[in-house]
Amino acid sequence: MVEKTPILDFFTYAFLILGIFIVGFPILYSLIAATLPLEDVVKVPMPLIPGDQFIVNMKEAWSRGDLGTQILNSVIMASGITIGKITVSMIGAFSIVYFDYKFRVLAFASVFCTLMLPVEVRILPTYEMAANLLNPIQALCDFLHLDGLLSWFTGNDITIDLNWSLLDSHTGLILPLVASATCTFLFRQFFLTVPEELCEAAKMDGASPMTFFRKILFPLSKTNIAALVVIEFVYGYNQYLWPLLVTTNPKMTTAVIGLQNLIPQADDLPEWNLALGAAVLVMLPPVLVVLFMQRWFVKGLIEKEK
Amino acid sequence: MIKRSFFKSRYLPYLLIFPQILVTLTFFYWPAIQGLSQSFLLSDPFGRHSKFVWFYNYIELFTDPLYLKSIFTTFFFSLAVAAVSLSLGLFIASMANRALKAKALTRTLLIWPYAVAPAISGIMWLFLLHPSYGIVALGIKKWLGVDWNPVLYGSDAMVMIVMASAWKQVSYNFVFFMAGLQAVPKSLTEAAAIDGASPFKRFWYITFPLLSPTFFFLTVMNIIYSFFETFGIIHTVTQGGPGGSTNILVYKVYQDGFVGLNLGSSSAQSVVLMSLIIVITFLQFRFLEKKVQYGG
Repeated sequence: MVEKTPILDFFTYAFLILGIFIVGFPILYSLIAATLPLEDVVKVPMPLIPGDQFIVNMKEAWSRGDLGTQILNSVIMASGITIGKITVSMIGAFSIVYFDYKFRVLAFASVFCTLMLPVEVRILPTYEMAANLLNPIQALCDFLHLDGLLSWFTGNDITIDLNWSLLDSHTGLILPLVASATCTFLFRQFFLTVPEELCEAAKMDGASPMTFFRKILFPLSKTNIAALVVIEFVYGYNQYLWPLLVTTNPKMTTAVIGLQNLIPQADDLPEWNLALGAAVLVMLPPVLVVLFMQRWFVKGLIEKEK
Repeated sequence: MIKRSFFKSRYLPYLLIFPQILVTLTFFYWPAIQGLSQSFLLSDPFGRHSKFVWFYNYIELFTDPLYLKSIFTTFFFSLAVAAVSLSLGLFIASMANRALKAKALTRTLLIWPYAVAPAISGIMWLFLLHPSYGIVALGIKKWLGVDWNPVLYGSDAMVMIVMASAWKQVSYNFVFFMAGLQAVPKSLTEAAAIDGASPFKRFWYITFPLLSPTFFFLTVMNIIYSFFETFGIIHTVTQGGPGGSTNILVYKVYQDGFVGLNLGSSSAQSVVLMSLIIVITFLQFRFLEKKVQYGG
């Protein structure tokens, strides 16, 4: 700092610690609650000294909520979304930036238009789409009265009923959320900053487009990919509305949705120790990813929103 | 824009862009068109028979007092979340920027709530503000003398979801404010200090104006967050209740469409939300180009 301000400095640290405390308090409190037996959790106020029931509570919550299966589902969903999004958008951006073809601008514009629209604003039709992936083809058949035509043609009564449902499957959890323009946009911006000479040199050496992509562009994008991995993993893991709609089978739901069943309702035993223990457990994977990849996370967060 | 040196290939570029286009078409454009056309139809709950009714669904929507109330609730909620999480985020970030020691540790301690799912934040605050067991609720009852009960009172339920939503967003705001604060040129603050400006004056007349683009951007992001991503919080904490006092627009789309099976109305609501977010995005691009920091 510019001048010496001991009083202000003291308050700076005091407020900073207070701020950290406010931000950390809900988690700390949940952790303590998770270590207490039922009769202590419902005491008012709840004791702030951790109890010895942590393992017992965790075991109970684990089996009652079927957390093993659900966390696995969440991790599969999050990884699927991360890998899918990054792959699809990276090769898409490569095509848009490094090739010249007829529909290039149209392709870019049509993807760019979807930039800000989250899945929340189009839930119902997207759900119908996931319930039957062949919906557009079915609509086309109905529109052309193809079944009538076929019946007339073959002499039998034929109805066309195409159905390919994604409900209650990992594909259904992942695929609709892969449609996002933000990553494509980010990779496009990055590719545009890559020096022209690299591509020229590669072409001069006779490298094919895919060799250039694999040997030069991909290694250059590594930090960007790392940053996006963190952001998209957290995004995928924490999805709520979409898994709520697509899955009805408890074996297929994600952990964040499954937690709902552990919250004590008005008539239940107030087993908050189980609910909060499970909550802390479920939030662990994304929190660990963010903490261990903090540098890339901050970079990714700031670059993504530019 | 395209590179000056590019590749020529007949099929490869189409092959490379194909997955992106396919996914965008199936899960964005087709549903959007479906939603738009559905919003002009009146159908029975099983979706077997439908009738073209022009703007009936929209007229019905905007004359429905419940919907108008939901619009008001949403705006109030998002402004409250933005105000709480922005001020807290800015406050903590400026403190962290002043503090010279333990910067990395501070950042680590403040960053991780970003990774907590909104629904989980909801569960934790549900317990903290529980009318019979919650410790924060106890404090409110004792010190403020309020008859705290979010299960019964709409305003209490609103406070609860604002807290749960704002808490999670503080770390996001913190990251951006921290980046913004570090980009403020040291020479400016030092020059002002030599001219005798106190730390508070320096913050108010130099740092804060230079932060205004970040501030504006974060306001927009916070509003979008509270419009859409808070669905998980509403669903776990209040389910829109009591008496529709926390029924924000996204939750109403879900309730009318999936619980009430009123397809036409739900689609019309989706279209309204879509137009809203398009307007917000447009405004954001317009204003960010103008660079609000110098104000003309």
